[in-house]
Amino acid sequence: MAHYWFALWGIVFRELFRFVKQKERFLSALVRPLVWLFVFAAGFRAALGIAIIPPYDTYIMYEVYITPGLIGMIQLFNGMQSSLSMVYDREMGSMRILLVSPLPRWFLLVSKLLAGVFVSILQVYVFLAIAWFYDIQPPVEGYLWILPALILTGLMLGALGLLLSAFIKQLENFAGVMNFVIFPMFFMSSALYPLWKLQESSQILYSIAKYNPFTQAVEFLRFALYGQINQEAALATILAFAIFLIIAIIGYNPSKGMMKRKG
Amino acid sequence: MTIAALEINQLDFSYGKKQVLHGLTFNVEVGQCSFLLGPNGAGKSTLFSLITRLYDQDKNNIRLAGIDIKAQPLKALAQLGVVFQQTTLDLDLSVKQNLLYHAALQGISRKKAKILIQQQLEQLDMFERQNELVRLLNGGHRRRVEIARALMHQPKLLLLDEPTVGLDIASRESIVTHVHELCKQTGLAVLWATHLMDEVLENDKIILIHQGRVKAEGTRAEIIQKTATESLSQAFITLTNSRGK
Repeated sequence: MAHYWFALWGIVFRELFRFVKQKERFLSALVRPLVWLFVFAAGFRAALGIAIIPPYDTYIMYEVYITPGLIGMIQLFNGMQSSLSMVYDREMGSMRILLVSPLPRWFLLVSKLLAGVFVSILQVYVFLAIAWFYDIQPPVEGYLWILPALILTGLMLGALGLLLSAFIKQLENFAGVMNFVIFPMFFMSSALYPLWKLQESSQILYSIAKYNPFTQAVEFLRFALYGQINQEAALATILAFAIFLIIAIIGYNPSKGMMKRKG
Repeated sequence: MTIAALEINQLDFSYGKKQVLHGLTFNVEVGQCSFLLGPNGAGKSTLFSLITRLYDQDKNNIRLAGIDIKAQPLKALAQLGVVFQQTTLDLDLSVKQNLLYHAALQGISRKKAKILIQQQLEQLDMFERQNELVRLLNGGHRRRVEIARALMHQPKLLLLDEPTVGLDIASRESIVTHVHELCKQTGLAVLWATHLMDEVLENDKIILIHQGRVKAEGTRAEIIQKTATESLSQAFITLTNSRGK
């Protein structure tokens, strides 16, 4: 058991060291949601009025509405960043050191996932701290309530990244992931506008957004930030996490998935 | 009877329909330094990927220190130290951080890891540089760190996949000498894939493979005698029909 514990900490610390050393990565992870908050939200505040919808019990500023979506965005990009680094590590060879260690592959992948989630949570709290000065001030207990939600949504979005990394053969193909996964996931969700607004424009878009795992993650985070549990969103997030993780583990199994070779 | 550090028995392997290994059979004994020679595409890297479980195989025909890698992969992998052809160090971490990471993956506590790191780095004259970023080290020093890393958990078998490619003569000699001393002094078994025949010493075992088959096995002198040639290079050319290719 101690072996597993040492390995988990080793993987988490490595990810943390790398993150701290790569200051540009930390900065860009923060700048992206802050630009959305300070520029996009300010510009669209007037155009996109928000009615009173749960978990909010009064009219809110648009900036308040999109904050959970931007938290989801941090985790989504972090999940993709981890996946990119997995593909890079695989191409450069350093992934081999991980895969030849005497631990089950599922454990190594879950540890890598947890390391990524840990880093993403640090980013989220720094973002929330800055947002506080911009009058995004959820109840104090919300900062605590959101932690388990962040772990689950981070795991789900990280598992999606892991799944993609198992099936992306070359680093060059990663641009496609941005176009075909990140952007549709983000824009066809409740991150920027409530689902009822989307329904007014297009029933098809509404249906896609409703079943988009990212929508469920954002709603889970939105309620958690206000001390509430959105059970439907929580269950959908857990289910999506389980599905993505299982496929990723199959993808990394040497006798199955893309690592398969005939012997 | 001593158990061999590595037993390969009738190993076949294909990429799709293309078979690249045909009934490969050989052993590496404890304390033996064995060299895997063969032209490009002979199957050396594929064999290494199978021993390290990066690729899977259907039958139980690889044993590490008597442990079947198909049946007990984790126990078997714990017996193995590997230096891959490409550098696999994290360039953004220091030498020590890289080694601590490896120690964690091998289940070694931080306290014990620090002692082992000191021992390994001192043997390779790298202890003074433990806090330097790997990115700042030259190729030879990076290789030394990789060897230190591969030996930290005291494996029974060390796999070296062309570890001296691109290094200057002094760095090459230092690695060749260090590995041979380890075999002699600690009983470590080594399987070393290379194209550089001057790295093979007189008593080392050579396994020469070509097109996925073992073409010759024995010491330098035995192979030269068997092929009725005058040097290992000539024997290699004769056995692999590679003159002018």
